[in-house]
Amino acid sequence: MIFLTRKAEFSSSHFYRNPEWSEEENVRRFGKCANPHGHGHNYTLEVTVGGEVDPVTGFVVDLKLLKEILEREVVSVYDHRHLNFEVPEFAHAIPTTENIAVAIWRRLEGKIPNSRLERVRVYEMPDLFADFYGESA
Amino acid sequence: MTPVVHFSRRYRFSASHRLHVGAMSEAENYATFGKCNNPFGHGHNYVLEVAVAGPVDAATGMVVDMVALDSLVNAQIVERFDQTHLNVDPLFAGDLVPSTENFAIEVEKMLQESAATLGVRLVRVRMEETSNNSFDLLAREPGDRVVF
Repeated sequence: MIFLTRKAEFSSSHFYRNPEWSEEENVRRFGKCANPHGHGHNYTLEVTVGGEVDPVTGFVVDLKLLKEILEREVVSVYDHRHLNFEVPEFAHAIPTTENIAVAIWRRLEGKIPNSRLERVRVYEMPDLFADFYGESA
Repeated sequence: MTPVVHFSRRYRFSASHRLHVGAMSEAENYATFGKCNNPFGHGHNYVLEVAVAGPVDAATGMVVDMVALDSLVNAQIVERFDQTHLNVDPLFAGDLVPSTENFAIEVEKMLQESAATLGVRLVRVRMEETSNNSFDLLAREPGDRVVF
Protein backbone atom coordinates (compact mmCIF):
# COMPACT_ATOMS: atom_id res chain seq x y z
CA MET A 1 0.00 0.00 0.00
CA ILE A 2 1.31 3.42 -0.92
CA PHE A 3 -0.19 6.86 -0.46
CA LEU A 4 -0.27 9.32 -3.32
CA THR A 5 -1.09 13.01 -2.84
CA ARG A 6 -2.05 15.52 -5.47
CA LYS A 7 -2.49 19.25 -4.85
CA ALA A 8 -4.83 21.72 -6.50
CA GLU A 9 -5.62 25.35 -5.83
CA PHE A 10 -8.76 27.42 -6.03
CA SER A 11 -9.63 30.97 -5.01
CA SER A 12 -13.09 31.59 -3.65
CA SER A 13 -15.01 33.91 -1.43
CA HIS A 14 -17.29 33.00 1.45
CA PHE A 15 -18.83 34.27 4.66
CA TYR A 16 -20.09 32.58 7.80
CA ARG A 17 -23.75 33.00 8.65
CA ASN A 18 -26.28 30.87 10.46
CA PRO A 19 -29.71 32.02 9.24
CA GLU A 20 -31.34 30.82 12.46
CA TRP A 21 -29.42 33.43 14.45
CA SER A 22 -29.89 37.21 14.65
CA GLU A 23 -27.40 39.50 12.92
CA GLU A 24 -25.91 40.36 16.31
CA GLU A 25 -25.47 36.71 17.21
CA ASN A 26 -23.80 36.00 13.86
CA VAL A 27 -21.34 38.86 14.36
CA ARG A 28 -20.72 37.82 17.97
CA ARG A 29 -19.98 34.21 16.98
CA PHE A 30 -18.23 34.68 13.66
CA GLY A 31 -16.68 38.16 13.96
CA LYS A 32 -15.28 39.51 10.68
CA CYS A 33 -16.15 36.24 8.94
CA ALA A 34 -19.83 37.26 9.14
CA ASN A 35 -19.33 40.26 6.79
CA PRO A 36 -22.30 39.74 4.41
CA HIS A 37 -20.33 40.64 1.27
CA GLY A 38 -17.89 37.86 2.00
CA HIS A 39 -14.12 37.74 1.79
CA GLY A 40 -11.75 35.50 -0.11
CA HIS A 41 -8.96 32.98 0.26
CA ASN A 42 -6.50 31.15 -1.93
CA TYR A 43 -7.32 27.61 -0.91
CA THR A 44 -4.96 24.70 -1.38
CA LEU A 45 -6.46 21.25 -1.67
CA GLU A 46 -4.43 18.09 -1.03
CA VAL A 47 -6.06 14.81 -1.95
CA THR A 48 -4.43 11.60 -0.73
CA VAL A 49 -5.36 8.20 -2.13
CA GLY A 50 -3.99 4.82 -1.11
CA GLY A 51 -3.51 1.80 -3.31
CA GLU A 52 -1.18 -0.77 -4.78
CA VAL A 53 1.39 0.01 -7.45
CA ASP A 54 0.46 -1.41 -10.85
CA PRO A 55 3.39 -3.66 -11.84
CA VAL A 56 3.20 -2.61 -15.47
CA THR A 57 2.83 1.18 -15.21
CA GLY A 58 4.45 1.70 -11.80
CA PHE A 59 1.46 3.93 -10.92
CA VAL A 60 -1.18 3.74 -8.22
CA VAL A 61 -3.34 6.18 -10.14
CA ASP A 62 -2.45 8.01 -13.32
CA LEU A 63 -1.64 11.49 -12.01
CA LYS A 64 -2.96 13.10 -15.16
CA LEU A 65 -6.30 11.39 -14.61
CA LEU A 66 -6.32 12.42 -10.94
CA LYS A 67 -5.58 16.01 -11.94
CA GLU A 68 -8.51 15.92 -14.40
CA ILE A 69 -10.85 14.50 -11.75
CA LEU A 70 -9.90 17.23 -9.25
CA GLU A 71 -10.33 19.86 -11.93
CA ARG A 72 -13.74 18.55 -13.02
CA GLU A 73 -15.21 17.71 -9.61
CA VAL A 74 -13.81 20.54 -7.49
CA VAL A 75 -11.75 23.31 -9.09
CA SER A 76 -14.14 24.06 -11.95
CA VAL A 77 -17.00 24.30 -9.43
CA TYR A 78 -15.25 26.27 -6.65
CA ASP A 79 -12.62 28.44 -8.34
CA HIS A 80 -13.47 32.15 -8.64
CA ARG A 81 -16.89 31.54 -7.12
CA HIS A 82 -18.69 32.76 -4.04
CA LEU A 83 -19.14 29.49 -2.16
CA ASN A 84 -22.29 30.61 -0.27
CA PHE A 85 -24.14 31.69 -3.40
CA GLU A 86 -22.76 29.59 -6.23
CA VAL A 87 -21.91 26.14 -4.85
CA PRO A 88 -24.99 24.04 -4.08
CA GLU A 89 -23.66 22.20 -0.99
CA PHE A 90 -23.19 25.51 0.80
CA ALA A 91 -26.74 26.76 0.28
CA HIS A 92 -27.53 25.23 3.69
CA ALA A 93 -24.14 24.46 5.22
CA ILE A 94 -21.68 27.15 6.31
CA PRO A 95 -18.57 26.98 4.06
CA THR A 96 -16.06 26.60 6.88
CA THR A 97 -12.79 24.86 6.13
CA GLU A 98 -14.17 21.78 7.91
CA ASN A 99 -17.33 21.68 5.78
CA ILE A 100 -15.36 22.34 2.58
CA ALA A 101 -13.15 19.32 3.34
CA VAL A 102 -16.21 17.13 3.92
CA ALA A 103 -17.92 18.45 0.76
CA ILE A 104 -14.86 17.77 -1.37
CA TRP A 105 -14.62 14.23 0.04
CA ARG A 106 -18.25 13.64 -0.99
CA ARG A 107 -17.55 15.01 -4.46
CA LEU A 108 -14.54 12.71 -4.92
CA GLU A 109 -15.61 9.52 -3.18
CA GLY A 110 -15.94 6.65 -5.64
CA LYS A 111 -14.61 8.70 -8.58
CA ILE A 112 -10.90 7.86 -8.38
CA PRO A 113 -10.17 4.41 -9.85
CA ASN A 114 -7.84 1.72 -8.43
CA SER A 115 -7.48 3.38 -5.05
CA ARG A 116 -9.17 4.35 -1.83
CA LEU A 117 -9.70 7.97 -0.88
CA GLU A 118 -7.68 8.37 2.33
CA ARG A 119 -7.55 12.05 3.16
CA VAL A 120 -8.84 15.39 1.96
CA ARG A 121 -6.85 18.32 3.35
CA VAL A 122 -7.98 21.89 2.71
CA TYR A 123 -5.76 24.82 3.55
CA GLU A 124 -7.62 28.10 3.95
CA MET A 125 -4.29 29.70 4.76
CA PRO A 126 -0.87 28.14 5.37
CA ASP A 127 -1.52 28.22 9.14
CA LEU A 128 -5.12 26.96 9.09
CA PHE A 129 -6.27 23.70 7.57
CA ALA A 130 -8.73 20.85 7.99
CA ASP A 131 -8.33 17.11 7.31
CA PHE A 132 -11.19 14.75 6.60
CA TYR A 133 -10.64 10.98 6.60
CA GLY A 134 -14.23 9.99 5.94
CA GLU A 135 -14.90 9.41 9.63
CA SER A 136 -18.20 10.11 11.33
CA ALA A 137 -19.60 9.97 14.84
CA MET B 1 -24.05 10.67 11.17
CA THR B 2 -21.90 13.72 11.85
CA PRO B 3 -18.57 14.00 10.04
CA VAL B 4 -15.48 14.07 12.26
CA VAL B 5 -12.86 16.53 11.02
CA HIS B 6 -9.30 17.22 12.13
CA PHE B 7 -8.61 20.95 12.42
CA SER B 8 -5.03 22.24 12.47
CA ARG B 9 -3.35 25.52 13.30
CA ARG B 10 0.30 26.52 13.11
CA TYR B 11 1.91 28.77 15.73
CA ARG B 12 5.33 30.41 15.60
CA PHE B 13 7.77 31.35 18.31
CA SER B 14 11.51 31.82 18.68
CA ALA B 15 13.63 30.44 21.48
CA SER B 16 17.16 29.34 22.25
CA HIS B 17 18.36 26.09 23.77
CA ARG B 18 21.46 24.11 24.54
CA LEU B 19 21.67 20.34 24.34
CA HIS B 20 23.67 19.27 27.37
CA VAL B 21 23.62 16.44 29.90
CA GLY B 22 24.90 17.42 33.35
CA ALA B 23 26.06 13.87 34.15
CA MET B 24 28.34 13.69 31.10
CA SER B 25 31.81 15.20 30.75
CA GLU B 26 32.44 18.19 28.52
CA ALA B 27 34.11 15.93 25.98
CA GLU B 28 31.20 13.45 26.02
CA ASN B 29 28.70 16.27 25.63
CA TYR B 30 30.57 17.67 22.68
CA ALA B 31 30.91 14.22 21.13
CA THR B 32 27.16 13.63 21.53
CA PHE B 33 25.69 17.02 20.66
CA GLY B 34 28.41 18.76 18.60
CA LYS B 35 27.69 22.44 18.02
CA CYS B 36 24.28 22.10 19.73
CA ASN B 37 26.33 21.88 22.96
CA ASN B 38 27.80 25.40 22.52
CA PRO B 39 27.68 26.74 26.12
CA PHE B 40 25.76 29.91 25.32
CA GLY B 41 23.04 28.14 23.37
CA HIS B 42 21.61 28.95 19.96
CA GLY B 43 18.15 29.76 18.68
CA HIS B 44 15.45 28.52 16.33
CA ASN B 45 12.23 29.79 14.84
CA TYR B 46 9.97 27.00 16.01
CA VAL B 47 6.66 26.17 14.37
CA LEU B 48 4.14 24.28 16.46
CA GLU B 49 1.34 22.57 14.55
CA VAL B 50 -1.63 21.48 16.64
CA ALA B 51 -4.40 19.25 15.29
CA VAL B 52 -7.62 18.60 17.16
CA ALA B 53 -10.51 16.38 16.08
CA GLY B 54 -14.20 16.33 16.76
CA PRO B 55 -17.62 16.20 15.12
CA VAL B 56 -18.53 19.23 13.00
CA ASP B 57 -21.06 21.35 14.91
CA ALA B 58 -24.12 21.71 12.68
CA ALA B 59 -24.81 25.28 13.84
CA THR B 60 -21.32 26.69 13.24
CA GLY B 61 -19.78 24.29 10.73
CA MET B 62 -16.76 24.03 13.03
CA VAL B 63 -15.14 21.39 15.22
CA VAL B 64 -13.65 23.89 17.65
CA ASP B 65 -13.86 27.59 18.44
CA MET B 66 -10.65 28.69 16.74
CA VAL B 67 -10.38 31.86 18.82
CA ALA B 68 -10.53 29.77 22.00
CA LEU B 69 -7.96 27.28 20.65
CA ASP B 70 -5.62 30.12 19.65
CA SER B 71 -6.00 31.77 23.07
CA LEU B 72 -5.14 28.55 24.87
CA VAL B 73 -2.11 27.69 22.74
CA ASN B 74 -0.87 31.26 22.79
CA ALA B 75 -1.25 31.53 26.56
CA GLN B 76 0.16 28.09 27.37
CA ILE B 77 2.94 27.75 24.83
CA VAL B 78 3.71 30.79 22.68
CA GLU B 79 3.76 33.41 25.43
CA ARG B 80 5.64 31.11 27.77
CA PHE B 81 8.44 30.15 25.39
CA ASP B 82 8.68 32.94 22.80
CA GLN B 83 11.95 34.91 23.03
CA THR B 84 13.21 32.78 25.91
CA HIS B 85 16.05 30.35 26.62
CA LEU B 86 14.43 26.94 27.01
CA ASN B 87 17.08 25.63 29.41
CA VAL B 88 16.06 28.31 31.92
CA ASP B 89 12.39 27.29 31.86
CA PRO B 90 11.36 25.08 34.81
CA LEU B 91 10.46 22.37 32.27
CA PHE B 92 14.13 21.85 31.42
CA ALA B 93 15.70 22.96 34.71
CA GLY B 94 16.16 19.31 35.78
CA ASP B 95 17.71 16.50 33.74
CA LEU B 96 15.43 16.81 30.72
CA VAL B 97 17.40 17.86 27.62
CA PRO B 98 15.48 20.49 25.58
CA SER B 99 15.75 18.50 22.37
CA THR B 100 12.85 19.16 20.06
CA GLU B 101 11.65 15.58 20.66
CA ASN B 102 11.41 16.22 24.40
CA PHE B 103 9.94 19.65 23.80
CA ALA B 104 7.20 18.23 21.56
CA ILE B 105 6.38 15.53 24.16
CA GLU B 106 6.06 18.11 26.94
CA VAL B 107 3.97 20.44 24.79
CA GLU B 108 1.66 17.56 23.91
CA LYS B 109 1.16 16.82 27.63
CA MET B 110 0.42 20.49 28.31
CA LEU B 111 -2.12 20.68 25.50
CA GLN B 112 -3.94 17.40 26.20
CA GLU B 113 -6.01 18.87 29.00
CA SER B 114 -6.68 22.13 27.16
CA ALA B 115 -8.04 20.24 24.17
CA ALA B 116 -10.38 18.32 26.46
CA THR B 117 -11.72 21.57 27.94
CA LEU B 118 -12.58 22.66 24.38
CA GLY B 119 -14.48 19.41 23.78
CA VAL B 120 -12.06 18.06 21.16
CA ARG B 121 -9.36 15.40 21.00
CA LEU B 122 -5.72 16.36 20.47
CA VAL B 123 -4.67 14.15 17.56
CA ARG B 124 -1.30 15.51 16.47
CA VAL B 125 1.44 17.77 17.73
CA ARG B 126 4.16 18.66 15.25
CA MET B 127 7.15 20.67 16.29
CA GLU B 128 9.33 22.07 13.53
CA GLU B 129 12.74 23.12 14.82
CA THR B 130 13.78 24.38 11.41
CA SER B 131 12.10 24.01 8.04
CA ASN B 132 14.27 20.90 7.50
CA ASN B 133 13.65 19.29 10.81
CA SER B 134 10.34 18.31 12.45
CA PHE B 135 8.85 15.86 14.95
CA ASP B 136 5.31 14.52 15.04
CA LEU B 137 3.42 12.95 17.90
CA LEU B 138 0.30 11.14 16.77
CA ALA B 139 -2.49 10.13 19.09
CA ARG B 140 -4.12 7.06 17.61
CA GLU B 141 -7.21 5.31 18.81
CA PRO B 142 -8.67 1.98 17.72
CA GLY B 143 -10.76 2.52 14.62
CA ASP B 144 -8.84 5.63 13.49
CA ARG B 145 -8.13 5.71 9.81
CA VAL B 146 -4.71 6.89 8.71
CA VAL B 147 -3.70 9.81 10.86
CA PHE B 148 -0.67 11.64 9.56
